[in-house]
Amino acid sequence: MSREDVLHRVRTALGRDAGQPAPAPPPVRLRIPEVSPEARIASMTARLEALAGRVCRVSTPAAARAAVAEILGDRTAIISNAPYLKECGLSTLPGVRSGIYDRDQLRALCSTLDVGITSADYALADTGTLVLLSSPQEARLISLLPPAHIAVLPCSRLLTGLDELFSSRPDPAAVSSSMVLITGPSRTADIEQILVRGVHGPGQITVILVG
Amino acid sequence: MSRAFQQQIHNTLADARLQEAIYTATGRLKDSRRAVIADSVLPDYQELRTQANLLKQHAIDNLDYYLEQFQGSVEAHGGRVTWCKDGTEVADFVLSLAKQRGARLIVKSKSMTTEEIDLNERLEHHGLESVETDLGEYILQLAHERPYHIVAPALHKTRYDVANILTERLHAPHDTIIENQTALARSVLRQKFLAADIGITGANFLVADSGAIVLVENEGNARLTTSAPKIHIAVAGIEKVIPRAQDLAVFLKLLARSATGQLLSVYTSFLSGPRRPGEIDGPDEFHVVLLDNGRTRLLPNRERRQSLYCIRCGACLNTCPVYRKIGGHSFPWVYSGPIGAIITPQFMGPAHEPGLPFASSLCGACAEVCPVKIDIPKILLDLRSEVHKTEAQAGKNRLEKFVFRAFAWLMRHPRAYEIAGRLAALSSSSGDGGWIRRVPALLNVGPLRAWLSQRDLPPPPARSFRQLWRRR
Repeated sequence: MSREDVLHRVRTALGRDAGQPAPAPPPVRLRIPEVSPEARIASMTARLEALAGRVCRVSTPAAARAAVAEILGDRTAIISNAPYLKECGLSTLPGVRSGIYDRDQLRALCSTLDVGITSADYALADTGTLVLLSSPQEARLISLLPPAHIAVLPCSRLLTGLDELFSSRPDPAAVSSSMVLITGPSRTADIEQILVRGVHGPGQITVILVG
Repeated sequence: MSRAFQQQIHNTLADARLQEAIYTATGRLKDSRRAVIADSVLPDYQELRTQANLLKQHAIDNLDYYLEQFQGSVEAHGGRVTWCKDGTEVADFVLSLAKQRGARLIVKSKSMTTEEIDLNERLEHHGLESVETDLGEYILQLAHERPYHIVAPALHKTRYDVANILTERLHAPHDTIIENQTALARSVLRQKFLAADIGITGANFLVADSGAIVLVENEGNARLTTSAPKIHIAVAGIEKVIPRAQDLAVFLKLLARSATGQLLSVYTSFLSGPRRPGEIDGPDEFHVVLLDNGRTRLLPNRERRQSLYCIRCGACLNTCPVYRKIGGHSFPWVYSGPIGAIITPQFMGPAHEPGLPFASSLCGACAEVCPVKIDIPKILLDLRSEVHKTEAQAGKNRLEKFVFRAFAWLMRHPRAYEIAGRLAALSSSSGDGGWIRRVPALLNVGPLRAWLSQRDLPPPPARSFRQLWRRR
């Protein structure tokens, strides 16, 4: 095992002893600007639309249900177990599979259905980003395998940006094995710098802000 | 400078299509970066760079402390950490794990660290299938080539090249539409993701206090690599560790902006341990491999230690007048551009390619765009002096020493200097006012020839400054 060997080389090179503590690191730098809720919504919308995503704002959970139904049309979907989605009555929409807790079943559904519907723990207004922590309520693959992703969340979860996120969640690992930041549809520019959407993840993303 | 290096450079310079591809792609990346760091959109850009530099300096200066803290936090979340000296140890680790678990198929997401140790080749040599899943890397794996650029690996390939590769390797119908090529890769790779036993990634950051690895990408292949298979292995250089999750607010703002001109990459994954009880999906096993592979050799020297601050954004490549002409494959190892010119000699030893630290105009553009403020030109100079010292010891550059002594003598003796100037004016044969592209055979020797082979000289003026001054 090379652990001791590598650590020994590091310490010798740096002139440090085993078990020696580190001096205090530079202070954390988090700057959270004052931004009104309306300005946050405007920024979220502008940022995501610039990336070819869509933002719909509705005033009530019932309106959210109607909006999702309209966007889905006759497409099939899988919906996560997030309590907020139940509150909006989304799990009872026709063509929508819900209440999946089994990994294999989840994988099979996510690789065949058209749309994945999730909520989000936060959204970041200044970059147009969704933040999803993995949990029994929110699986990783729903926002990843289907060709389209719809996220429904209340406006109150809209943060200003990364600084506010890491200030409210100083250690995301304390609550989940995975926190993912999603900023727009999956994309690549690997061939001739030409933008193509929907490479491995969803090519379409819609955010429904409620309230 | 080795012949191979020289030959690669000449081939690249002679290829007009390649020249245009490099120039256009790096130009686009460069302009996109500039737009998102402008004062009007990111007024605290310089402050963020300073903070990033201080954090990296602190982490590297106390590297053993943060690596041990990182290991403790990973294990607290049920993950495992393995330390490796070199590529052989990494391959051995993966092979033995694969054997124990009966694994055969591996999906990989883009990682420069695994390129460094030729991990795919080592694994495939032992009968495992290891598939690159980033679109550019997948194309290059099919073509058996190494990345051309840290961020845009297939920068040198046109849609026509890609069509040929896909037809030849996958027996797909010849199709030059980029959307269709992407869709084909998506469907082939989707099957691989769903069938894979192990996912291997690199790591953009190792977070000491959380025990998390951070992956930044646009396609979603890193998310699939870390979510679909039951085993996830992240292979990371030891220098990737940062103290706190909260420091990501600084690094994430700089990384995507510097790399591709995005505010954030499409997917930033913060992963810590295997799936927790109750979580529906995610891997059952989470391994982090901490790799040395020459990194500890950079630590003793305070100045050179900075080379380990690099976050692999590629901004120095895009802005470098040398990279933009000679491209990525001219460089003798996986890391190209200014950062490659300082990392390669330190990882591989200066004899690997003695010409490398000289492949720079020392214009300083790389240092100016570096988001963590690595003083690349200074390290280049230091490496140059090392090459010279070894060559002097070997008695290699005697003639060069003589020429520089003669030059120094000339500069100290005004009369001799003036006569030399007149002789130069007389000897510039053409007299048509054109540039001097050739010198008399007598002068065309040794170091002077090497120097002149890359340069044309302006014609000497009819009257020298001294003559004009005397006439006033």
